[in-house]
Amino acid sequence: MAAVREVPPDNDVHDEVLAATQRRRAQKVQIAAFFLFVALVPLAVHNRYYLHILIVVGLNLILATGLNLLMGYAGQVSLGHAAFYGIGAYVSGILTATYGCNPWAALLAALAVTSLVAWLVGKPTLRLRGHYLAMATLGVGIIVVVVIRQTTGLTGGAAGLTEIPSMTLFGRELQSNMDMHYFYFVWAWVCLLTVLFANLVESRPGRALRALHDSELAAQTLGVDTAAFKVRALVISAAYASIAGTLYAHSSMRFLSPTPFGFHTSIALLVMVVLGGQGTLWGPALGAVTITAIQEALRPYADYDIVVYGLLLVVMMIVMPGGLSRALGALYGRLRERVARHRAGDVAR
Amino acid sequence: MTLAEQIWQFFLSGLTTGGTYALIALGFSLVYNATGVINFAQGEFVMLGGMITAASMTAWGLPLWSAALIGIAGTTLVGIALDRAAIRPARGASIVVLIIITVGASIFIRGVAGIIWGPDERVVPAFSGEAPIGIFGANITPQSLWVLGATLVTAIAMWLTFEYTVIGKAMRACAINPQAARLCGIELSRMISWSLALAAAIGAIAGIVLAPITMTQYNVGTMLGLKGFCAAMLGGLGNGLGAIAGGLLLGVLEALGAGLISSQYKDAIAFVVLIAVLLVRPSGILGGRRGGEE
Amino acid sequence: MSEVLLDVDGLCKDFGGLEAVKNVSFQVRHGQIKALIGPNGAGKTTIFNLITGVLPADAGSAVLGDTQLLGLPTHRIAALGVGRTFQTSLLFDQMTVLENVMVGHHLRGRSTMLTAALRIFGAGAEEREYREAAMQALDRAGLAHLAGRSAAGLPIGQRRLVEVARALAAEPRLLLMDEPAAGLNMRETEHVGEIIHSIRDGGVTVLLVEHDMSLVMNISGEILVLDGGQRLAEGRPDEVRNDERVLAAYLGEDID
Repeated sequence: MAAVREVPPDNDVHDEVLAATQRRRAQKVQIAAFFLFVALVPLAVHNRYYLHILIVVGLNLILATGLNLLMGYAGQVSLGHAAFYGIGAYVSGILTATYGCNPWAALLAALAVTSLVAWLVGKPTLRLRGHYLAMATLGVGIIVVVVIRQTTGLTGGAAGLTEIPSMTLFGRELQSNMDMHYFYFVWAWVCLLTVLFANLVESRPGRALRALHDSELAAQTLGVDTAAFKVRALVISAAYASIAGTLYAHSSMRFLSPTPFGFHTSIALLVMVVLGGQGTLWGPALGAVTITAIQEALRPYADYDIVVYGLLLVVMMIVMPGGLSRALGALYGRLRERVARHRAGDVAR
Repeated sequence: MTLAEQIWQFFLSGLTTGGTYALIALGFSLVYNATGVINFAQGEFVMLGGMITAASMTAWGLPLWSAALIGIAGTTLVGIALDRAAIRPARGASIVVLIIITVGASIFIRGVAGIIWGPDERVVPAFSGEAPIGIFGANITPQSLWVLGATLVTAIAMWLTFEYTVIGKAMRACAINPQAARLCGIELSRMISWSLALAAAIGAIAGIVLAPITMTQYNVGTMLGLKGFCAAMLGGLGNGLGAIAGGLLLGVLEALGAGLISSQYKDAIAFVVLIAVLLVRPSGILGGRRGGEE
Repeated sequence: MSEVLLDVDGLCKDFGGLEAVKNVSFQVRHGQIKALIGPNGAGKTTIFNLITGVLPADAGSAVLGDTQLLGLPTHRIAALGVGRTFQTSLLFDQMTVLENVMVGHHLRGRSTMLTAALRIFGAGAEEREYREAAMQALDRAGLAHLAGRSAAGLPIGQRRLVEVARALAAEPRLLLMDEPAAGLNMRETEHVGEIIHSIRDGGVTVLLVEHDMSLVMNISGEILVLDGGQRLAEGRPDEVRNDERVLAAYLGEDID
């Protein structure tokens, strides 16, 4: 340790602060590049079906990013995240379709309701050690679907809620038959929510979450109210799902039925986060794209789709329990090593 | 009928469904004790038991008894295959990964069942007629007695297995302390195979005795499995006696809630109970080992 | 004598029949370095856990300044100015060394999830400020070159230093250190002794549990000896060293 003090310190301080700034700048560049790429997509893709799928990818990305905050950072599992998605969608849908509410006001109302439900579920269960939140959200997920199915007067029940009006922007309707407009609208949200997420995880509350994920005791000893932070992570995660729900309600179908908000969507979201790589910025995006692509690719093969889907879940989780982004990272590392060794061999010769 | 009679009737029919939940919960607890995994494919065992039995009767014209045996044997094989193909290769993975794997397996099993048997509901005839039996003013079908009998016999058989057989004792040892058990020469992976095989067999029994009451279909597994899981949590996950008590209690609560409050929300009741348990007594009514506040 | 910072009185803890802490009372004064020593199972770490609210006490009181600590949750006790390091150095292994120290600034930070996500109301400035401050803290501890390293890979000596830097970042009034020299070699232990001195000189009162007797005798102003959960003796190092009861408890061990 004596050697430690011999290192000239000032340079290090400077270098490290510089490196941190560079890392953040690199991240900003990544985000900007990604969304620039997305912005150019409609120039190449004119097919409305593909645009629709890309909207679905965007919604899933919002959902997965929110769930990633809860799972990858706060270390808590939700087995009923689709319920928050559903609450967001239905509150928006009912307020605008039945009560003629402004879509933006409905978005805020949906956010409030979803956050409240999340808070009510999280507050009592997150003070406990163990996976009690997972069990409780599993229950909430199923109860929400049953309630949607049964309160036919309000939600249209299994038959669905129809004639949901379009989203408006600056007084103009985002015509749902013009999918390109809605594509940009949804992806603007994706961009905003990704930036907010990136800001959040590199901040005091974000670090508090990662800290409690590693060691609750050490985090508490440094003054982190671990239970409160877990609840906040859940609420924010549910709020992301609510926004995705609102966007879903106003998408081109303008129709809501209970099916997309059930247990299997919750599991699909879980898979997006875990398969992509929880606790990373881009992992869940990768997961959302992969799972949406698989689901859409399998859609034409009725009956066989769930067989292949179930099989893929099992195989992917066995092969890459740490997620795609880590598996790809490891692969990249190995390739680079091999190239380096190859070059070294050349030099030796 | 007076209210008291109604309640009595609901209670009896609740016990019947509760018997199935108890068996499913027992399966959850068995696998949980051996592996720490919540096996979300447990419900598919119930579906398989009923469907294989129904299918062997219609396809080969087999009598009920041999069809039921085929149902149990077939489901047990699926349980062992699930262990070999999905759970064993993922040993040591995180809980979330294991949850996804068992859910993926259950989706796969359901999908294959849908392809083989189609979407139609299947019927298994009642084991001993349909003539209702009156008990203190309420009617109960003979099949209900079969369900309760099967629950009781299975529970006793399980108890005997765990108390008196070498394999049962070994499985208990693994549940209490896997490392110590290994030091005593007990092979953990074999015990896990056994527990999945047993859980599958018990699930199949539940599916077979339930089939004449509710009919069966390729997609009944998910809901039955999740409710069985609620029952296991209610009784205290990993507690055999708790699983039985939790299952029966859950069945009765569900029947009373559906009958007296609203039948529309029947499917939600089990999960309301689950959440109530989590809030009030997370270790379950008979649990004590797990859970608790920080 | 300076005024009392921590006043522990009649502290008791029973683990299902095993009395880990039996009616222990002691005081820690401002600017003091005080050591708790005693054989394994004497109840030293349990006392730390009681004071920091990790375990609920069965009876007694622990007053910091004029605030009763017992009954408060751990994070509130931290906010009142009680820091702690652990025998096993509980670093956040998925974070870098710098981020670990930045978590130490948590209590002084103001940003919430909302302001941090939107980078409004000074959240961005706060982030830069604490990054700088954490970097300077690491620099003072001679750890600046490790800032970007993952905490998981550090050797034990450096883990301990990072943990101390992290605890100090919270600006505690009282720092509880659980075996700061455990697993360190002689030179490292000496260095830890210097660090504890400098912590005290920086105005932080130190209460430590330690097995390394040479370290304890060198740096402590006062020593409390525990045995079987009970107070055995208390006094200056030279007093304790010659106490017959202490010698009996440590029979065969060299406490010089």
